[in-house]
Amino acid sequence: MISANLLAIFYLISGILFILALRGLSSPETSRQGNLFGIIGMAIAITVTFLSIDNFSSGFLYVLLFLLIGGSIGAFIAFKIPMTAMPELVAGFHSLVGLAAVFVAISAFISPEVFNLGSSGNIKLASLIEMSIGAAVGAITFSGSIIAFLKLRGLMSGSPITFPGQHILNLLILISIIILTYFLCLNQSPNFFWSLIAISFLVGFLLIIPIGGADMPVVISMLNSYSGWAAAGIGFTLENTALIITGALVGSSGAILSYIMCKGMNRSFFNVILGGFGGTDQTSSKTSKEQKPVKSGNADDAAFLMKNASSVIIVPGYGMAVAQAQHALREMVDSLKKNGVKVSYAIHPVAGRMPGHMNVLLAEANVPYDEVFELEEINNDFANCDVAYVIGANDVTNPVAKTDPQSPIYGMPVLDVEKSKSVLFVKRSLSPGYAGIDNDLFYRDNTLMLFADAKKMTEDIIKNL
Amino acid sequence: MEIDPFIFRLSIFILSIFVGYYVVWSVTPSLHTPLMSVTNAISSVIIVGAIIASLAGTNLSVFNQSSIFGFLAIVLAAINIFGGFLVTQRMLAMYKKKKKDKK
Repeated sequence: MISANLLAIFYLISGILFILALRGLSSPETSRQGNLFGIIGMAIAITVTFLSIDNFSSGFLYVLLFLLIGGSIGAFIAFKIPMTAMPELVAGFHSLVGLAAVFVAISAFISPEVFNLGSSGNIKLASLIEMSIGAAVGAITFSGSIIAFLKLRGLMSGSPITFPGQHILNLLILISIIILTYFLCLNQSPNFFWSLIAISFLVGFLLIIPIGGADMPVVISMLNSYSGWAAAGIGFTLENTALIITGALVGSSGAILSYIMCKGMNRSFFNVILGGFGGTDQTSSKTSKEQKPVKSGNADDAAFLMKNASSVIIVPGYGMAVAQAQHALREMVDSLKKNGVKVSYAIHPVAGRMPGHMNVLLAEANVPYDEVFELEEINNDFANCDVAYVIGANDVTNPVAKTDPQSPIYGMPVLDVEKSKSVLFVKRSLSPGYAGIDNDLFYRDNTLMLFADAKKMTEDIIKNL
Repeated sequence: MEIDPFIFRLSIFILSIFVGYYVVWSVTPSLHTPLMSVTNAISSVIIVGAIIASLAGTNLSVFNQSSIFGFLAIVLAAINIFGGFLVTQRMLAMYKKKKKDKK
């Protein structure tokens, strides 16, 4: 048994190691070391918690047993999961953090004496508020992440689900959470506590259903943030520094990511949360533009263009992930490089379904990370590049965002693909992207549409190179 | 006059938000996915609460109402810890620099 002070110092150390873990991610070279810091921090936190227990009851063996069960499941998932499924994995993991927070809060509510929070029915007021916040946010994180998971996995339609009075309903529910917390503090009746949790589950559900599939980068980041705040809430309840530090880190990390994602779409956070974007408002644009001439080509043309280019920029998007085209893409780039073509990759902040989604897929396909550039870094290069190869991206290349103030995506930062000498646009059809608007790029003189599955087209091009 | 320990914890909390803010801004955008998976893993430090909760039972009855929730939370958090760190490790191992030597 170690003293409470020593325990607190060890928790502080693991908190600092967690900060270093995030710090390591500032560059790929230091990131692996950072992850190691994180693992050490976690090991310290768990070990000292064991050491702080004065009497080793038989329950201890069960703790190890359950730790082992969970650990093996986690390890199994981590090794088996394909990289393309990363967004739903992260959403799934968020839901677990949320639910764990709810369980710990419930446990603390039932047996407060275990945590030195007073006795059942007579819990310290501050602790009660903290555990209510932890439980409520945890429950919202859980149900919200489950919906996000189902949408990302395709088990639930990615289109937004809206109904009249949705926002008013959400508002009423949020108010009822506050009222419930107030009454819970007044008489500490378990009924209020259970209702609070039940209603919070409902909030998470209602909060995420109106948000469309393409807004998932924001949703995932937001849930990431929530899981942090839930952990922090529990940290206050348990008076645990490691948990408070971690909760704050994760909370702000998720918030920053949400901000970056919103900025990438030029939309306010509330606009995304209120949802309903990406409905099927395509009728107006479709009829008027369907007749416009489109140049389409085949793999042979594309191969010819790229072989004779001196520089090519690849613009990957969610479609590449869906078609699993990243490996084929890298092979294509390899043969281009053999022909002396300079190739780089341009990644839009909201390409894919989660922050950094495209980077992971390219890394999986062994694309060196110093060939992959962010929007600001590479956008000026399009003017000097011979061929832009757009694979699975759409709205993030639409020049309308710069020219048409009427457009729903006006003001969104886009890749200046149209400035390159020729654009190869791999797409299955002329259908609009998630924003429901036509892409002006399709009809440009320097655009050659390649109508095919992203992976198949890329493989065909390789054959022709 | 004595300062409530809550204020100390609140100070730690607020300062950590600031630390998090600056640290996360310095994360390179290409590592945003590993950032999410690692934050996932570390937020599962909530397992320390779960461990304490699960030992709420006595030697005679290991499983009572409160400890069962603790055990469940241990399983969930452990999935996250192992899953989160390992998958981050797996991702980070893939980030490679361009080979300088030409084949």
